[in-house]
Amino acid sequence: MASLLSSNPTLASNPSYSFSQAPQNAAAGNREHAFYPYTDNGGSTLGITGNDFAILAGDTRSTSGYSINTRYSPKVFRIGGDDETGEGAHIILSVVGYAADGTALKERLNAIVKMYKYQHGKRMSVKACAQRLATILYGKRFFPYYVTAILGGLDEDGKGALYSYDPVGSYEREQCRAAGAAASLIMPFLDNQVNFKNQYSPGSGVGHDLEARQVTPLPFHEVEQLVRDAFTSATERHIEVGDGLQMLVITKDGIEEKYFPLKRD
Amino acid sequence: MNHLPQAWGRPRDNVYGTYDASYLQPRLPQTHTQSPIVTGTSVLAVKFKDGIVIAADNLASYGSLARFTDVKRLRPFNSRSIVGIGGDVSDMQYLDRLLNSLDVTENYSSTGHSLNAKNLHTYLSKVMYKRRSDINPLWNQMLVAGLDGNDEPFLSSVDLLGTTFSSPTLATGFGAHLAQPLLRKLSDDESKVADFTREKAVEAVRECMKVLFYRDARSLDRYSIAVVTKESGVELKEDEHLEGQSWAFAETIRGYGRTQEV
Repeated sequence: MASLLSSNPTLASNPSYSFSQAPQNAAAGNREHAFYPYTDNGGSTLGITGNDFAILAGDTRSTSGYSINTRYSPKVFRIGGDDETGEGAHIILSVVGYAADGTALKERLNAIVKMYKYQHGKRMSVKACAQRLATILYGKRFFPYYVTAILGGLDEDGKGALYSYDPVGSYEREQCRAAGAAASLIMPFLDNQVNFKNQYSPGSGVGHDLEARQVTPLPFHEVEQLVRDAFTSATERHIEVGDGLQMLVITKDGIEEKYFPLKRD
Repeated sequence: MNHLPQAWGRPRDNVYGTYDASYLQPRLPQTHTQSPIVTGTSVLAVKFKDGIVIAADNLASYGSLARFTDVKRLRPFNSRSIVGIGGDVSDMQYLDRLLNSLDVTENYSSTGHSLNAKNLHTYLSKVMYKRRSDINPLWNQMLVAGLDGNDEPFLSSVDLLGTTFSSPTLATGFGAHLAQPLLRKLSDDESKVADFTREKAVEAVRECMKVLFYRDARSLDRYSIAVVTKESGVELKEDEHLEGQSWAFAETIRGYGRTQEV
């Protein structure tokens, strides 16, 4: 210890310190740690809402580096269900990024939504759940859950609701959102096909006279096809996406799960 | 007068002499495992029709030195599950003690039912995730094999980051690169597990241990292998030897078997 101090240029000359706030390692600079507490498990998720439904989908591949951990590791979950199968849930959540944080986040939100029901005798609204999820994420602002979350459900009017998040809890309600490894591949496709960006009414004029195509909520079968097309294309172009497509569809009748195989190469 | 704020309220140097800084006991930063020291290499496991095969060699390396050649890395837990541990050996021994105390508390509890492999995996993944969140990881990757609550075969992995996943075939470390592709060729899908027999699974794992011994420089030809089934519980063999090796190819490699150009 003494040698450590005498090597400290600040202490070798006057004045000397006797309090522990002395700059003990000012000369050492920043230490590099060998252990990095995060990893990226790849994969992508996607959510789209319609008039009376919300879809959350994610591929089922889990990766570390160039290796495939497993071909089936779900990224979309039921929240607030009565048992471990998620029966009776009314909210769906997708998490992509660092899978261990994703699991921890899912389990925390699930516990909170269930406690809400036990304590208040009613279901937590999707709006309230969305705000709560933002608070959970922001609560770990300085050691974040390294995940991009999307929350889905039906709002008070029975319309499809979708909330998207960043790792530290910024959130917003949207019509559609892609997240994860292939977000940059899928999102522009969604902008065009769901929000009709860069689509104009034919013959409405030229230049500033062009009329943007009116945005209307899409019917379910069209949305489902959009999701499947988005993932087959992302699978072609992104190595961390593939193996299987898991989809949770929430309507007034409950949550339906669908699975479609994707390319496994 | 010394005007530096650091010196305010301190005994004056010109009266009492320079303060002897060696009296200070500065707290050094708390250090955790920054890297593994004595390590175990791959663990392999395959699901078959009514159980699981799991294997790991008996070597603990100290860097590139084959330091301990009789280390058991398959750790049975009650009669329904077994954990294969790779990575740091001291952390493995800590986990072993942890599982011992878990076993004791579980056996003293009056609930009457014992932990299955799935419960064990959940427990271990919580331990691992907690430790990584404290930036004080247990430097291991583990495969948990056994039977779940419905007595179905269960196989799952957890690592130092708390990442968990499960698949019909799993391999850690070097095995993830060398053995996993070979094992997936035989059983790539949960649906294929149903017609994968015990004999085929054991044979596949033994072949993969051989491939690993050929190509993984931190491996050994002595290994442990275990089979977990509903009928017989955990059948563990801890001193197996790799059979039928062929080093004929070495003859053709200059500087290895052959010392000169022919």
